[in-house]
Amino acid sequence: MSNINRREFLKILGIGTFMGLGGWSMFEVVGKGEIEAFAEKYKKVPEALQAKRWAMVIDLKKLDQKIIHDCTEVCHRIHNVPKILNPKEEIKWIWEEKFKNAFPEMKDDYMSPEIKNMPVLVLCNHCENPPCVRVCPTKATFKRKDGIVMMDMHRCIGCRFCMAGCPYGARSFNWKDPRQYIKNENPEFPFRMRGVVEKCTFCYERIDRGLPPACVEASNGAIMYGDITDPNSEIRKILSSNFAIRRKAKLGTKPSVYYLL
Amino acid sequence: MYDGGKIIFGLIIFIALVTLPFTLSIGKEYIKANPKIDTPEIMKLPEAERKCVESKDFMRKEHMKMLIEWRDAVVRDGKTLYVNSQGKTFNMSLQNTCMQCHSNKSKFCDECHNYVKVKPYCWDCHIEPKENIKKEAAL
Repeated sequence: MSNINRREFLKILGIGTFMGLGGWSMFEVVGKGEIEAFAEKYKKVPEALQAKRWAMVIDLKKLDQKIIHDCTEVCHRIHNVPKILNPKEEIKWIWEEKFKNAFPEMKDDYMSPEIKNMPVLVLCNHCENPPCVRVCPTKATFKRKDGIVMMDMHRCIGCRFCMAGCPYGARSFNWKDPRQYIKNENPEFPFRMRGVVEKCTFCYERIDRGLPPACVEASNGAIMYGDITDPNSEIRKILSSNFAIRRKAKLGTKPSVYYLL
Repeated sequence: MYDGGKIIFGLIIFIALVTLPFTLSIGKEYIKANPKIDTPEIMKLPEAERKCVESKDFMRKEHMKMLIEWRDAVVRDGKTLYVNSQGKTFNMSLQNTCMQCHSNKSKFCDECHNYVKVKPYCWDCHIEPKENIKKEAAL
């Protein structure tokens, strides 16, 4: 080996460098594996409900005053939503609206008064293309992987851009400290503080524990939910055999709450 | 030295002002933070199970970082289970996990936070355990 020439020396050097590079990438892969194992310390509950995009179907024929009352009551109770009577300061996650106000683009001079004034349960539509998320400067409101439009109250700075962006009025601003307006608090769920915006969260805390949204449970079958990307889901079957409408669909927000007439 | 008297007088005032925080605390009782972990909920557990999610040392130094990571995992990623260094799992929740054992917020959280004068905003929204009501019920 003592009389190695220049050409052989370069060959060995090249092979050596190549092997070295390979070795390095191997090291990197192992490193990444370790990092992923480290990230495993946060896990989903095994029974957590999974979907590509959650959606809801509300059957207006089945809605009556009792169901509307039960749904709003249970939602506002378990989420510590304050009951403020002044309409300028009220907080609502799910509430009753007249048909003509929930679907203003369908208003017609000759529409029967029964339909015009028919009660409709309205809530956040968990849009596929949510304007509130686009305008939020702090990413306090964001879309989860399963389509739920969520609020991170820790990040909300109360700028109310999202309220201006939402075409459904689904968001409420806390003008006052909500605590004094809550009689029976749910100790398992937090309050909000003065100066943040809140709205329906599709009961993410229940979905993540494997439970359906509270309004679905309280609705006695008038509200159904499921994964709209799954062709075998209950709501897809309902939508394929019924005529359903969405609120202000022409705006392009692609709402995930469907209404059966 | 020109105007020596004035300079020395000024210096004395300056030193007195600068050392004011020390001189004012002379004779005052030095209260050391003394957080308590002897809540009924913890004492009820058998001795071997009286363990927090991580070691005492880790919790003392890192609990603030841990809570922020928990918050992001739950709110942002929908991950609600924490697997600790021993492989045990816990539900990640300040209200429903931490405070179930540490039901003495005033003696557990506030004791040190007041001492170092930090004001975490957890309790602006999260519901603190009802200490006084429990005491009254016990009486």
